[in-house]
Amino acid sequence: MNLDRRLFLLVKQYPLPFIASVVFGALGGILLISQASLLSSIINAIFLKNTGLPDILGPLGLFAVVSIFRTVFNWASQSEANRGTLKIKQLLHEKIIRKISDLGPSYTGSTRSGQLSTKILRSVEALDPYFSQYIPQIALSLLLPLFILSVVFPTDLLSGIILLATAPLIPLFMVLIGKAAQKATEKQWQTLSRMSGNFLDVLQGLTTLKLFGRSKERARSISEISEAFRHSTMQVLKVAFLSSLALELVGTISTAIIAVEIGLRLMTGSIAFKSGFFILLLTPDFYLPLRQLGTKFHAGMEGASAAKDIFSLLEKKGFQETRSGKSSLPPAIPEQPITFKNAGFSYKEDGSYALKNINCRIEPVSITAVTGPSGAGKTTFVNLILRFIDHQEGKIMFGNTDLSHINRNEWQKLISWVPQHPYIFNASFRENLLLANRKASEKELMQAIEYSRLEPFIRSLPQGLDTPVGEQGARISGGEAQRLSFARGFLKDAPILVLDEPTSHTDPALEKELVASMNRLVEGKTTVLIAHRLSTVINANQILVFDNGRIIQSGTHVSLAQEEGFYKNALRVFEEDSTT
Amino acid sequence: MKELLRLFGIVRAYHWWMILAAILGFTTIGSGIGLLMSSAYIITKAALHPSFHELQLSIVGVRFFGLARGVLRYIERLVSHNTTFKILSRLRVWFYKSLEPLAPARLLEYKSGDLLQRITKDIDSLENLYSRVIAPPLIAIMISILLWVLLDSFSLTFSITLFCFHTIAAVGIPFFTGYINRGTATKITGIQAELQTMTIDCIQGLSDLMLFNQLGDHTEKLYRLKQQELRLQRKQALIQRLHEPLIGLLMNSAVLALLWVLAPQVSEGSIDGVYTAVIVIAVMASFEAFLPLPDTAQHLEASAATGKRLFEIADSKPAVQPPEHPERLPETRSISFENISFTYPETFGPTLSSVSFQIKEGEKIAVVGPSGAGKSTITSLLLRFWEPSQGTICIGNKNIRNLDPEIIRKNIGIVSQKTYLFSSSIRENLLLAKPDADDQELRQSLKCAGLESFTSKLDQWAGQHGMNLSGGERQRIAIARMLLQDAPFIILDEATANLDAVTEKSVMHSILKLCSQQTPKTLLVITHRLRDMGLFDRIVVLENGCIVEQGLHHELLEKNGLYASMWSLQHRHTPLELLTGS
Repeated sequence: MNLDRRLFLLVKQYPLPFIASVVFGALGGILLISQASLLSSIINAIFLKNTGLPDILGPLGLFAVVSIFRTVFNWASQSEANRGTLKIKQLLHEKIIRKISDLGPSYTGSTRSGQLSTKILRSVEALDPYFSQYIPQIALSLLLPLFILSVVFPTDLLSGIILLATAPLIPLFMVLIGKAAQKATEKQWQTLSRMSGNFLDVLQGLTTLKLFGRSKERARSISEISEAFRHSTMQVLKVAFLSSLALELVGTISTAIIAVEIGLRLMTGSIAFKSGFFILLLTPDFYLPLRQLGTKFHAGMEGASAAKDIFSLLEKKGFQETRSGKSSLPPAIPEQPITFKNAGFSYKEDGSYALKNINCRIEPVSITAVTGPSGAGKTTFVNLILRFIDHQEGKIMFGNTDLSHINRNEWQKLISWVPQHPYIFNASFRENLLLANRKASEKELMQAIEYSRLEPFIRSLPQGLDTPVGEQGARISGGEAQRLSFARGFLKDAPILVLDEPTSHTDPALEKELVASMNRLVEGKTTVLIAHRLSTVINANQILVFDNGRIIQSGTHVSLAQEEGFYKNALRVFEEDSTT
Repeated sequence: MKELLRLFGIVRAYHWWMILAAILGFTTIGSGIGLLMSSAYIITKAALHPSFHELQLSIVGVRFFGLARGVLRYIERLVSHNTTFKILSRLRVWFYKSLEPLAPARLLEYKSGDLLQRITKDIDSLENLYSRVIAPPLIAIMISILLWVLLDSFSLTFSITLFCFHTIAAVGIPFFTGYINRGTATKITGIQAELQTMTIDCIQGLSDLMLFNQLGDHTEKLYRLKQQELRLQRKQALIQRLHEPLIGLLMNSAVLALLWVLAPQVSEGSIDGVYTAVIVIAVMASFEAFLPLPDTAQHLEASAATGKRLFEIADSKPAVQPPEHPERLPETRSISFENISFTYPETFGPTLSSVSFQIKEGEKIAVVGPSGAGKSTITSLLLRFWEPSQGTICIGNKNIRNLDPEIIRKNIGIVSQKTYLFSSSIRENLLLAKPDADDQELRQSLKCAGLESFTSKLDQWAGQHGMNLSGGERQRIAIARMLLQDAPFIILDEATANLDAVTEKSVMHSILKLCSQQTPKTLLVITHRLRDMGLFDRIVVLENGCIVEQGLHHELLEKNGLYASMWSLQHRHTPLELLTGS
């Protein structure tokens, strides 16, 4: 479906304000005609009949009243269009947010799509001119010329014919202008965004440029690139603007023709001055709405090009509670194992799998360590357990219940998730901790802080727990963030723990603390952890080695160390390391 | 206002272009007025049945103005677009030049990661500086003068009357609507900033919100905030949308007022009635120039605010002032840190305190220590990104303060943990290190960095921020770049942290090979992974900004201090323990 149609369907959701806008606009148009009529008779009276002021007071007063009403109608027309536009913006905003939360963390997790989503939400604002200006103008640029024709024809046939004869030129030019203007807008928009993209790139890489001692000379290349962009854009604009030149000329030359044609007939007396002047007053307004359509199209298209991204996001297939969560949770939750039976998942539709034929059993109240090279499928595996995504093949069972039959929300309540890089919200430490469990008591909170060894840090803060964390956690270090993640884990205290183990530190004191907290956290829980430490792997009840989307080895440390394969090779690297 | 004048000052170089564009804008509207005036004249004059030649001049006028209007509009659009592009380019170069000395030290103070994006957007928004801020008032003034002169040829009263209405349109309406809407724009900006934070929270913190069952609450808040923004936008729009209708109302009032003063004069015979229509139509047409003015007031305010933000950054003092007459880089390339202390602004306590050590030419030195010990700060000081608060750094026997920072940097090849790749081809990214390198050299350096497969992909686009490459590949490109630079001094700042063990080994191997070539290179490695430590001539152990230990690998192990405990932490398990699992 093309873009305009999809945008127009949005108008259909809230048609009333837009209809009102057109109606008010049309009423304004009718008043414009009556103003022209009043003005021509006033001038007729002054000029030809030489009447004094008192005799034209009536028409002057009427002119004033009509002017005021026209002002009101024009304002109402614009204001209604704005009302409709705001509703559409609200609708789109909500839809996008809902879609993003549907698509889930596995979508927003990649930096690229994360940034894209932010950009898309911003581009909702850019759609404003399309709806508030362009859409109402389409109807008005059809209606107003029709109104004018309908009064010109009865007044003067010849002028009516001239207007009507030039009228077909207008749709013709509109098509041309539509295409050319679109091309011009796109080119201009591309140029501007490429110029600014290039500039941003240089600014972000400024330190790198400095490192190579090349930062000073870059100033010249910025201006060279801008020059090149300017040059190529101007070439396109030279051609693109020609069509609006043509439209402008249709308007001005027709005005000239009508003036001369009326003038000549006035000399022979075959038309009255009043009618002639009336038509002259209306002629520019006959072409004006069409010319405005051009500029408003221009304004609208700038934002509408961003709408492509909006629609492609909205059309993405999100998480669906397909076999949607009717089953209730099995009883005795802590005693249930999680079993993968031939489970598979693919992010793409090209048949490439992120995970394939996964078979394993995660025993209750035990530690399952997940390891393997990066890109092997560890994260996807964990995402399936967290239900950021749902498996597409095979089965995942929780006890005897199919995992995908359990309501996602209910399931996630059972899981404590402790990532390496927790997201830190721009709020106080207390808020950031209580996020994990709104009902936590002060005592529980203090205990979580103690267990995660966050206490000394919190005590060093000026306002303790109520200190704001700063924009995106700017004020806290990596080690502190990890401890905060642990603290959230302690607070939520759910039966299933999914943990992305902190990578090892060279700070012996920090290392010791983190290991101690982690050991306390896993106590009595069904734990799945992505392991980065050898000591953790060694202590796990089960090790799953992933490679290329499959589990290639599984067992305990002792059994795997004797088996030829990835695990043994990895041990060998450690071995070499320790001897150098 | 000060900001606006400064902005105008920056783009002043194009004042002829701007004047030209403004004059074209004026003549375009002027032709429109001319066209309607001569048309009205033809019609009114013809109504008196004159001889044909009395109309001839105005018929020529009609034709002339009709064509001129279209053609002038076309030229005006081209010239003003051209001017806009030139202005943008000028602003970018200006801003780059002011930002360049500030990076990276001063930019760190603006913590927010999207500062640079905001700057770019700010500069983009100045796109309107000419077409929306500078041009409309100029054109309106010229049109106002034109009408004054035209009407004055009939009667000064007409000129004064119209001038009053023009002034109201130009000043009164923008002031009135601005007054009613005062504060709304600021409130909207405030909400938008909040909305932005909440949106980022929602997108980047999605997994946390979901797992903690907070997603519903959060999105609900987000919707409500958006509604609040839209309500304010509505309030703003109701006033803003008054502009156009109000200018129309003023136009009609001007017509009424002029008819009011004109009618008696015509009936008295002091003015020829023929001109009634001509005057009225000229008055109406002149208001075209005033339509864009209320918007100008807004853009004026926005541009001033933008200017203020940009100047705030551009005016900050660079952390390091390069010497005016730099000395030559000495031949001996030993480096010494003498009693160096350094404190980052707005932090408590020094990052480095009284650090002294020497690196002799050709030595291989490792700097190790817990995170936050001040390891990377040593590099930043040597690269002249910051000025030490105390002590001196010398290359050869010269204080680096007296050397050209660009020359120092060209002589240091550095690979850090974060590699920035420009959004251009692999080739362009490599050429940064050595602009005159031929393809053979580029391929050779890629090979040494373990990127054999890239030797045939020199023209491949690296993607935005090098996103088309994996983290390891990006890192190896940086290493290739460093090899290509062939600087006598090499710094690896956690350079191999993103590589897997096997690749790390092979890359380190080729770097070490490079360092021990015919002209030995000096190598400084900053690392937290203690690997192959026996290869270094000296290991400097930093903790809390102080050197706590220095020496060879085995010496340090014997000392049983911080180094030894870090070592055992990373190599806790001997092979035997590994296999038995104890």
